[in-house]
This record gives sequence, C-alpha cells and structure tokens, in this order.
Amino acid sequence: MIINGVTIDATFAEAFPMKATRAIITAQNEKWAMIAAQAMTGFATSVIACGCEAGIERTLSPDETPDGRPGVSIMIFAMGGKGLAKQLETRAGQCVLTSPTSALFAGIDGGIRIPLGKNLRYFGDGFQIAKVISGKRYWRIPVMDGEFLAEATTGQMDAVGGGNFLVLAESQPQALAACEAAIETMRKISNVIMPFPGGVVRSGSKVGSKYTTLNASTNDAFCPTLKGVTKTDLSPEIESVMEIVIDGLTKEDIAKVMRVGIQAVCDLGADNGIKRISAGNYGGKLGPFHFHLQEIMA
Amino acid sequence: MSALTFTLKYAPDQRVDMSPLVCHQLKDLAVADIAALSLQNGKRKLRVDELFTIDGTDAQNIVIKNSMAKLDFIGKELEGGCISVEGDVGAYLGFGMKSGEIKVVGNAGLYAACEMKKGYLEVSGNAGDFLGAALPGNKMGMKGGTILIKGNVGERAGDHMRRGNILIEGNAGDYCGSRMTAGTIAVMGQTGRYLGYAMRRGTLLLWNQPQLSASFNDCGAHTLAFLPILFASFKKLNSRFADKASAFNRVQRYAGDMSEMGRGEVLVKL
Repeated sequence: MIINGVTIDATFAEAFPMKATRAIITAQNEKWAMIAAQAMTGFATSVIACGCEAGIERTLSPDETPDGRPGVSIMIFAMGGKGLAKQLETRAGQCVLTSPTSALFAGIDGGIRIPLGKNLRYFGDGFQIAKVISGKRYWRIPVMDGEFLAEATTGQMDAVGGGNFLVLAESQPQALAACEAAIETMRKISNVIMPFPGGVVRSGSKVGSKYTTLNASTNDAFCPTLKGVTKTDLSPEIESVMEIVIDGLTKEDIAKVMRVGIQAVCDLGADNGIKRISAGNYGGKLGPFHFHLQEIMA
Repeated sequence: MSALTFTLKYAPDQRVDMSPLVCHQLKDLAVADIAALSLQNGKRKLRVDELFTIDGTDAQNIVIKNSMAKLDFIGKELEGGCISVEGDVGAYLGFGMKSGEIKVVGNAGLYAACEMKKGYLEVSGNAGDFLGAALPGNKMGMKGGTILIKGNVGERAGDHMRRGNILIEGNAGDYCGSRMTAGTIAVMGQTGRYLGYAMRRGTLLLWNQPQLSASFNDCGAHTLAFLPILFASFKKLNSRFADKASAFNRVQRYAGDMSEMGRGEVLVKL
C-alpha cells in the first residue's frame, strides 16, 4: 500500500492490555491547571521504568469541569490495578495537592473505584471534611492557600497500551516534522494519550536484550547507524526513524488515532522525505492486540 | 395506569397511623385487599375504605387527597415509589424512609423525615420540630437523602443528623443542627437561637447572619470550592435553591461547636 508516495508496511502494531484511569485537574486558570497536570504526568513515558504511562488527554473548558473552573484531563496507564492505584495516589499527592488553587476530580464514573483523595485526606490531620454531593464523596483538605478539594475515588478500567507506528524518513528533521504534524492532529482525539516526550519516541525498543537483566533494548533493526551490522529493516535511503506510541481506553480508540496520525504523516508525503510507515511488531511476543497498518488505512 | 388515590372521606377524631399505605407494601395487592387493610385510628382499627375512597391502581404512585394533620406516619420506611399528598400531614412523615419520593402540598407535623435513610422529601408549606432528627433517645438522625421545605421549620431541625441535605427556603427555629454528626443544612431565611448546639461535624449554610453561641469561632472569609458543586446538585429541584442567582461560593466561616469536637462549620453568605 502506498499513500502519497509513502509505503505502508504490511505489518501490525502490537499492543497489550493495561489498566487505565482518568482524573480531572482544575485550577484558578488554565495555566495552573496545566502546570499541575504536567507535574502529575511527568516521568511517565514507559512502564519499563516509570511504573506507569501518563499524559494529558486534553484541556477542558469551565463548563466541562465539575467545579466550573478551567481544567485538564489526564490519563494514567499501568500494567496492573495495584500499581495504577499507587501511581495515581503518589502523583496526586505530590503534584496536585501541592499545586496552588488546584482541585482534583474523577474522570471516569463507574468501573472499579480506586482512591483519588480518599487517602490524601489524612494530610488534613483531622481537620479534613467529607461532603457527599449527588452520591459522590469529596474531601475538603485545609491547605495554606485555602482548601484542596478532591473527589474520594475515580474509576479504573481495562485499557490497551502500546499502540504505535514508526515514521521512516530520509533525514532526522524530516522525521521529526512529520511526527510533530501527526501529534498535533492526534491530540484532538479523546480517550488516548501519547506518553513519550512531546508524544514522540526516538528510542523504540525490542523485547529482550543480550544482557539478561534487561527486558527491553534498542530496536536495532530500525537503527539507521546499524544498517550494515545487524539484520536491518531499513533500506539505504532511510536515515532516521521515530515512533509514536499510543495508550487508549479501547482498541477502537487506538485504531482511530493511529489512522489520523498516519494520515497526517502521509499528507507530508515522499516530497518531504517520508518513505515508509511501519510498526513495532514483536512477532506476537508482546501482546494480544494487533493493529494492522494497511487495514487501519484502508 | 392511574395513580392509586386515597381520598379522605371525613376528618377523623383520632390520629391515624398511615404506615401500611406505602408503595412497596401495596404493590402486589388488589384494590379490594388494600381496601380491607386496617389502619390504627386512636385505639380502634378501621378498614382503609372506611376512611378513604380508593381510585386507581398504580401502587408505585400513591396520592393522598384531603389529607389533614391527623394522618401520621405517611410514607413510613418507604422503599421506592412516589407518594404525593394534598393537604397537611401529621407527625412522622417519611419516618425512616429508605428510597423513593414524598411530596406534600401542605404542612408537615413533628418529626418529619425523622431517621430518613435515603430518597427525597418535599414539603411545600412548613414543617414542625425535629425535622430529619433522631427519635428521642436515639443517636442517629437523618442518614442520607434530601429534604426540601419551602416554608419554615420548627426547632431542632437535623438533630443528630448524620448525612444528607436539609434545604429550608424559609426560617428555622431554635437549635437548628443541634448535635449534628455530619451532613448539610441550608437555610435561606432566619435561624433561631443555639444554632448548631453541640454539633460535632457538618455544615450549616446560611443566607443570613445568625446569632451564634460563644462556642463558635470565626475562621474568616473564604471562597470555598465545594460550594459550586453543592449548588449544582440542587439544580433539578423545584426550588429557589435551584436558582442560579441563589448560588454563592464566598462565605464567612465559623467553626464549632467548640464545646464539642468543633469540626462543624457555619458558613454565612457574604
């Protein structure tokens, strides 16, 4: 399959089951909601060493948030429910509770309930106040700038992590420009996050390593400097490869966002040095969800 | 199916215990069986059809017409369904109700919504003393749900209240929110003496400055983030509480009762 001169490989992206949650952070203005959201989703690019993958889903206008202030919705993905709950709680405690004027609300109703403000309340040292409003429990925790309001719990649901595609280009600037264009359109879609820095990852990994202590290592088949020394997947004109990784609530969400992302890359086309779109296919070793690129773009 | 309607035929001399006439107890009964149920009237027992004419069949929708202040225990321990009352009601309206809805177009007597667990109770007129309170000697008043009183309420509203909302459009008598453990009482009108007497936790939300006991301490003026959420939860009510103009988030906060554990609060609109 070729779109605008870009070859779409007959391969699939391989994704795996994760647990996900969503929280809504509000603040006096969007600037401070975003600061809290960025802090809460920091150091969360990959479960390989961060414990979770997190990202900003989108900004919310005042009429979309529970307390009528500007907000940001964030999502956190982890391999298991326990790890997810721990990440959510420590991040909420260190990054949102601490952030001026912030409030924290559930982003998923229903599902398995996991603590949001439920345990943070103990920071209130006995002065905390619970309020049950319309069946939802909120904690009012006295802090130095006033009160930190946090919903007691948020929902956890089954989700999909590791959807991806690779952009193969004739140069590094061209690969990056294509990925930037893709991310810009992909960020408009709900229920997904692209957890890597700026949404783009340059160090795509394969499963396993020659070093027994490592369970992931550089994807040498796509490293342009190794074209001569390894079983490469790259043709001679490819000089740079970048990857966009997507975590989403459902496989449909991921397929949808992959499609718009790949389309944005293909719109730049061969004229801008984009040669191929491929995907992280680990031969079924990584996970049960397979996103066939050519089916997605059909 | 039209609502199951009980129309009072005459004003009884003695008080009537209406507790058998609740939706969940009537739902599987034929009209003839309902007519044959007995109601305690003073020291006598009367058949339902001696007191009421019965129309309609939908037991999930009960209407009581020509009601008067001698009909006690209307909607006792109600579990689902809706009871509408036209006229005044006696004591213990919605006593211990578990879910469902009770609406009274008229006034309610003592102990309305006493020990209520959940659900919604609305009175268009006034309510007597001990609204949403605990029975004498009991330690647990209203545990959940919402009460809306469009008129005034008597003394001790929300005594020993544990959770839920009591919304009063009019005035509240003395000892409003006494011995509260938690929950919210909102009063648009005036409040009486000894407001929040011995309250442990909970919120008294007031539109007018109350006369406060010395055991309530001023914590200053604040903009509180939970208030917009609380007011938003009222927006479906048929009430001035639903009016956007009624909402506020800037309050003077008084903590108390400091002679108790002092985790309660009186919030007064600024």
